[in-house]
Amino acid sequence: MDATSRPRLAAKARLRYDRKSSRYMLLYPERGLVLNPTAADVLQRCDGERTVGSIVEELAQKYGHETPAVEREVMTFLESMADRGLVQSAT
Amino acid sequence: MSETYRPYTLVAELTYKCPLRCVYCSNPLDYGRHDGELDTETWLRVLREAEDLGVVQLNLTGGEPLVRDDLEALIAEARRLDLYTNLITSGIPLRRERLARFRELGLDNVQISIQDTTAAPSDRIAGLRSYDRKIEIAGWVKELGFPLTLNTVLHRENLDRVEEVIALAERLHADRLELANAQYVGWALTNRTALLPTREQLERARVIAGRARERLRGRMEVLFVTPDYYAEFPKACMDGWGRRFLLISPGGLVLPCHAAHTLPGVEFESVTERSLADIWRDSSGFAAFRGEEWMPEPCRSCDRRAVDFGGCRCQAYHLTGHAAATDPVCRLSPDHGLIEAARQAAEEARPVPLVYRTSRTSEAARQS
Repeated sequence: MDATSRPRLAAKARLRYDRKSSRYMLLYPERGLVLNPTAADVLQRCDGERTVGSIVEELAQKYGHETPAVEREVMTFLESMADRGLVQSAT
Repeated sequence: MSETYRPYTLVAELTYKCPLRCVYCSNPLDYGRHDGELDTETWLRVLREAEDLGVVQLNLTGGEPLVRDDLEALIAEARRLDLYTNLITSGIPLRRERLARFRELGLDNVQISIQDTTAAPSDRIAGLRSYDRKIEIAGWVKELGFPLTLNTVLHRENLDRVEEVIALAERLHADRLELANAQYVGWALTNRTALLPTREQLERARVIAGRARERLRGRMEVLFVTPDYYAEFPKACMDGWGRRFLLISPGGLVLPCHAAHTLPGVEFESVTERSLADIWRDSSGFAAFRGEEWMPEPCRSCDRRAVDFGGCRCQAYHLTGHAAATDPVCRLSPDHGLIEAARQAAEEARPVPLVYRTSRTSEAARQS
């Protein structure tokens, strides 16, 4: 995974908004993760079209944070999701 | 009721009918006694009520769910409710067109059981020639774009072939592999002498599965479920009684697990009589083993009581005769000798005939 990768959710994973907790969940077979708002913001943008770089730019703008800090955070998160087979890189 | 008790998963056992006769089936031994099935309208209402109560995952299972001709309607409604829907099936009987239709309707995942890695031993455990067909159907699942979960129940006869099971799952491009050791309740308890592995078999398989998990990380999820009989402490059965899971039997009983209706003196209610929410929040069956009030010692003062919730009530009952006993698999249980004796017996290999899950053997179980 690098800045030019185009991540997308794995075929088995699906986002769902949960009314009860007002959080997004990532659902996959027999499991689910309750996402914090930042994680949800990242995964909602993993559409196989956007690059990691553009996701980082969007979120840096949205939160008013420095790009390098956001990039580190996003990359670490996406790599952990890829490790779990929940996000794949389309490139 | 607080979020401590929220059902995230509904296990919908649509029918107890099944063309297979697996010797470790999780359906109750006396399944023949519960022969009514809910109609489509009731299931659709139940799905809506479940979603409203907090359910986000739906497992369509049985018996064999494919024998219901209204699966299409249930999948469509589940999709409308944005539930993550998993079809848990033997793959028999299924036409490719029907599976393609499930895909269009929004089914999320297909889980197929494979009993072994070649036809003869697989068909022997299933009690039906089915292996070749299952492999074909697993191929369709992937061709149609579904994620595929492969589930193999492990026991004495196939545990030494875990390496081959993993290779098969790779060939089939499974997204998730469940290497699930049999748990000795229901039919597996009846067949325990034939099925319970030795500790050495188990440890060897665990190492192989662990290596595969590392090697396949990110590509295939490899799950290895230890049999309770070789664990030091009980598992958190169903994540605790009535905490996270709802199960509905073919006839409509709302249960905390697959076999809760085999416990004597615990009353369960039907979706045909009350709303799902009322039953979940306020029924004696669900209250029976929630929290810690019911716990005997050594559970009551144990540090692990909020980790394993006292283990499996059905296992406790079927081994000791008392549903509120400490799960005997716990090394602190006064009945733990029962488990040690079973493990000892497993070391002394002797072939015994298998008891298949059939209406005749079920009837015999009912009368005994």
